[in-house]
Amino acid sequence: MARTILPFGPQHPVLPEPLHLKLTIEDETVVEALPTLGYVHRGLEKLCEVRDFNQMIQIVERVCGICSCLHALCYCEGVEQIMGVEVPRRAKYLRTIWGELHRMHSHLLWLGLFADAFGFESLFMQFWRVRERIMDIMEATCGNRVVVSVNVIGGVRRDLSPEQCQWIEEQLAVSEKEIKQLSTTILNDYTVKKRTVGKGVLTKEQAYQLGAVGPMLRGSGWAQDARQTGYAAFGELGFDPVVEYDGDSYARCAVRFRETLQAIDIARLAIARLPAGETATNVEGAMEDDTPKPVAAGERRDIMQAYNRDKRHRVTAAPPPNLDLPAGLVAAKVKGKPEGEAVTRVEQPRGELMYYLKGNGSKNMERVRIRTPTFANIPPLLAMLPGCELADVPVIVLSIDPCISCTER
Amino acid sequence: MFNMTKNVVTNLMTKSSTRLYPIAVRGHFEGFRGTLVCNVDECIFCRSCMIKCPSQCITVDNKAGTWTCEVMSCVYCGVCVDVCPTSCLSMTKEHRPVATERQTIFLQGVPKKKKKEEAAAE
Ligand code: SF4
Ligand code: SF4
Repeated sequence: MARTILPFGPQHPVLPEPLHLKLTIEDETVVEALPTLGYVHRGLEKLCEVRDFNQMIQIVERVCGICSCLHALCYCEGVEQIMGVEVPRRAKYLRTIWGELHRMHSHLLWLGLFADAFGFESLFMQFWRVRERIMDIMEATCGNRVVVSVNVIGGVRRDLSPEQCQWIEEQLAVSEKEIKQLSTTILNDYTVKKRTVGKGVLTKEQAYQLGAVGPMLRGSGWAQDARQTGYAAFGELGFDPVVEYDGDSYARCAVRFRETLQAIDIARLAIARLPAGETATNVEGAMEDDTPKPVAAGERRDIMQAYNRDKRHRVTAAPPPNLDLPAGLVAAKVKGKPEGEAVTRVEQPRGELMYYLKGNGSKNMERVRIRTPTFANIPPLLAMLPGCELADVPVIVLSIDPCISCTER
Repeated sequence: MFNMTKNVVTNLMTKSSTRLYPIAVRGHFEGFRGTLVCNVDECIFCRSCMIKCPSQCITVDNKAGTWTCEVMSCVYCGVCVDVCPTSCLSMTKEHRPVATERQTIFLQGVPKKKKKEEAAAE
């Protein structure tokens, strides 16, 4: 039989997920897949040598647009570990809430894209409509929709007022109802099952040996989740990992779907148990203070003179509710120079994220090594592809939830 | 086969989830980090914002009394607003309007006088 080598993606490096696969096919069956990476390398790890460790929070957040909050969380936990900073309990809970909101919106995004991959466009829009609610919560509580920038070393930058907590709970209740309505479609529909059941099977042994992480691992029957290590407030919240046993694309889809609902529960629980107290810690260290002492705080005036605002920039639709912002937000002022090493792990929507940080007693970190979940999931992907049909390749590739910009930093 | 029928009917009955964008613009929530505004009259040219900005888009010249921001490089993280000791930086909740050219905000203020000069002036 004649073999053909078929290039699969990327059409252009700026398109989503520029993963290039060289597929060797026999007739319509894939016999070998070879990946080519490196289309979107941005050198973010190198930047840590010139930016100080506080500025790095904003930089590591931009490793990935979808799970930005968890990158910052992982980095901050690492630096806190090196510097011995104790984070207030309220800050830990707030980190958990925002982390779970990120998980929801990432999974909903993926479920939509997955539906789109096998041509179910209207399901894609249903999921993304629910996602919009989660994005609204993020905008109202953090100030941005995707790259939220709330984690800082020693705590969080924003707080949740009781009104906001109540509003979040209402929004989560509505989202949960809407997601549950879609459960029969994504999990029981004939079209969906036809395209996913038995496609791209990763057996339990393969998942273990090739080091799969996240929903890949749990879809193959392993009950392992980095949240079990109890970072942020997970140690106090308690949960069971979602596990499916079939190891095919359908199982991974089911894991993600059930995790979305689980994330809603965890976020609700965290809101219900939100302890009172500070949101950020202030630790004075040895570093010389390069910020000047505050002068008498002038009143913040609403001045727009610097901008010629576009007159057409008018708001005609009903603006979102103005929720009471909690007063007196304190920015954490952790000073000092990190010296030492730390390894931290958090569970991203896609799997386990690992940071290795090394400080050498200067303002800049000596080394920031990031291992992202997609990087760990590429070997299992290559094991899944041989034997599948060419038409199933996009669905199988998407079922690992590839995030190539994560992988290449 | 007809799993989505209920959703489809509901969607037909309720009003649309999208809006006619250029005509209807959604407002932003309170606390949204939209546009960076500097009230240069209260600025003391301490350069904190320049030092802390992760994308290094602010340049402050404390001799000439100028505050410059490369708005196209700003990532809207709000760090400068947090560190400004006089609270002269703030963020409004509107987006910056779309631009066709690279923009820079250049603000001229009154530079801080040195203590000696102040004493001489009196
Ligand atoms: S918002 Fe962030 S990126 Fe923009 S000027 Fe301020 S510190 Fe710099
Ligand atoms: S931090 Fe505030 S007072 Fe200091 S230079 Fe920047 S804008 Fe001016």
